[in-house]
Amino acid sequence: MRPLTPRRVFTICLALCGVLFVAVVISLRVGAYPVSIRDIVMTLVNATLRRWSEIPPDFQSIVLNIRLPRILLGILVGASLSTAGAGFQALLRNPLADPYVLGVSSGAALGAILSLIAAPHAPGLIQAAAFAGAIATIAAVYFLGRRGGQLDSGTLLLAGIITASFLSAVIMFLMTTLPGRDVRGMAFWLMGDLSSPSTVDLKWLYFLLVIAVGSIYTTSSDLNLILTGEQEARHLGVNVHRVKLVVYVAASVLTGLAVSVSGAIGYVGLLVPHVIRMLFGTDYRLLIPASALGGAILVVVADTLARTVVAPTELPVGAMTAIAGAPVFIYLMRRRVR
Amino acid sequence: MSTPAQGGASIAPQVTPTAAANEPRIKVEQASYAYAATDRSAPKFTLGPASFEARQREMVAILGPNASGKSTLLMLLAGLARPLSGRIEIDGTEVSKLDIRTRAQRIALVQQESELLFPLRVWEYVLQGRYPYGRRLRFESDEDCLLAGNALAQVGADALRDRWMDQLSGGEKQRVILARALAQRPSLLLLDEPTQHLDIGGKVELLRRLRKLADENRYTVLVVTHELNLAAEFCDRIVLLHKGKCLRVGTPAEVYERDLLGDVFDAPLEVEMRPGGRPRVILRGSH
Repeated sequence: MRPLTPRRVFTICLALCGVLFVAVVISLRVGAYPVSIRDIVMTLVNATLRRWSEIPPDFQSIVLNIRLPRILLGILVGASLSTAGAGFQALLRNPLADPYVLGVSSGAALGAILSLIAAPHAPGLIQAAAFAGAIATIAAVYFLGRRGGQLDSGTLLLAGIITASFLSAVIMFLMTTLPGRDVRGMAFWLMGDLSSPSTVDLKWLYFLLVIAVGSIYTTSSDLNLILTGEQEARHLGVNVHRVKLVVYVAASVLTGLAVSVSGAIGYVGLLVPHVIRMLFGTDYRLLIPASALGGAILVVVADTLARTVVAPTELPVGAMTAIAGAPVFIYLMRRRVR
Repeated sequence: MSTPAQGGASIAPQVTPTAAANEPRIKVEQASYAYAATDRSAPKFTLGPASFEARQREMVAILGPNASGKSTLLMLLAGLARPLSGRIEIDGTEVSKLDIRTRAQRIALVQQESELLFPLRVWEYVLQGRYPYGRRLRFESDEDCLLAGNALAQVGADALRDRWMDQLSGGEKQRVILARALAQRPSLLLLDEPTQHLDIGGKVELLRRLRKLADENRYTVLVVTHELNLAAEFCDRIVLLHKGKCLRVGTPAEVYERDLLGDVFDAPLEVEMRPGGRPRVILRGSH
């Protein structure tokens, strides 16, 4: 009997931070203008110490102004989507739940597009609209997925898939019939892309990320019990309604946050929590922070590949996560040994 | 956590000062309930006023055919619904007024296990019984492990601790679910048809274990079951329900009357009195 300890959570998260750091350094290094690892580390150290004069102008522009913001955006999106995925899986008691599969990402994208059409330059509105789109979609999917008053796993997934395709069709309709709008292309909203810098200060987006992931984390002991059975959790003293509300709102915030800056990147929320479960177990007290870091690693790596494999052309990062995600997921499911 | 059964921490129920040995631990006074699909529609099912008591070390069986209100009564006892009228008290406090976590420290409900979404080891499952103690976001302490280990030992499932839940047999699983309930250190154990998926050997073993827990560890055990003979053999008191009415409460000898049981279960039943004063129900032959 070796119950999970805070020390184990900390150690695993520290190790994942190490992997993320390596991924970030590699991502900073590769591209049309190669920069050596040593230069990258020196640039980062100098930037951290605010010694701007010691950073060569080339490095400042390429490393700090072009590549680093994109990586930070990738970390934000990856952490948001995978935590939202882990949250939805517990909330809906469905291991295949994911913001993309359930149509929540499409709902957020539609919200974002509508806000861009209505008020293209209002700061923060796109995030709020994406959140509204996400929260409305998950509510719709939740009610469509019920059969005889009970949440049915298969019906829920079908409801999600149908909702996703319907919303994608609406997005395509809007994108093709409304020319000249300040929107970032169909691929961005349907497949996800990190090439457009965020219009909102990253600080605020990270602040929201920490709050939302933190609120889901506070419910992680409860989620462990809810996964065993809602009724049983209630007998064991879990306030199931409160927990579900927290996770529902926080996971919708995270989806809205990710989609508003990167479009609908798929499979991150499905793939990452499952890989983490296979590596470290199903305990949500570890799963939530480890998924956040794992999602960040996945999106940083996927985006690095997206902008380098067919350079100078760029692939949407969502295509990368789907290409990489689906086979790895099947492989892991098949070799799953206990 | 290598020798859990030898630890000093007892998994005996925590007895509140008010709960003297002869005071009823659970007291049901004219409790009734009506279930309706919506607030305005007519009730689909009504449980008429039921009254009975159970003390510590007592084992009570709730009997009745399907749709007689057994599960509804259990739900009221577990505090998951508030009675429409009357009251249900545990150690002098109304169950529905208890805070959800306090309730989980006093009352444990053993139901058929729902399907696990992700695989879980036996010890992880039993440790869940420690949830009502401590903060909401919590990591298990050494004491929690000791209590969980003791609970497993108490149900004779010590050897199962590292097995996966979905690889257990029906009887093993039932014991592990019971161990999780014991890890809650409740004073009242409620069991909803615990013998449903067990063979006869498993049924006898489970009821014998429950009897022992009641006798030796002062639990009050309430069990919903269809097993008339096992209930007569092991329980001190019987609550007989039929079509939402509490027909009779008493010792097995008082409740098991041929005509009464025959009417309630709509079957040709015969009741024999055995030497120890425990009745036995047999099916009357058609020829």
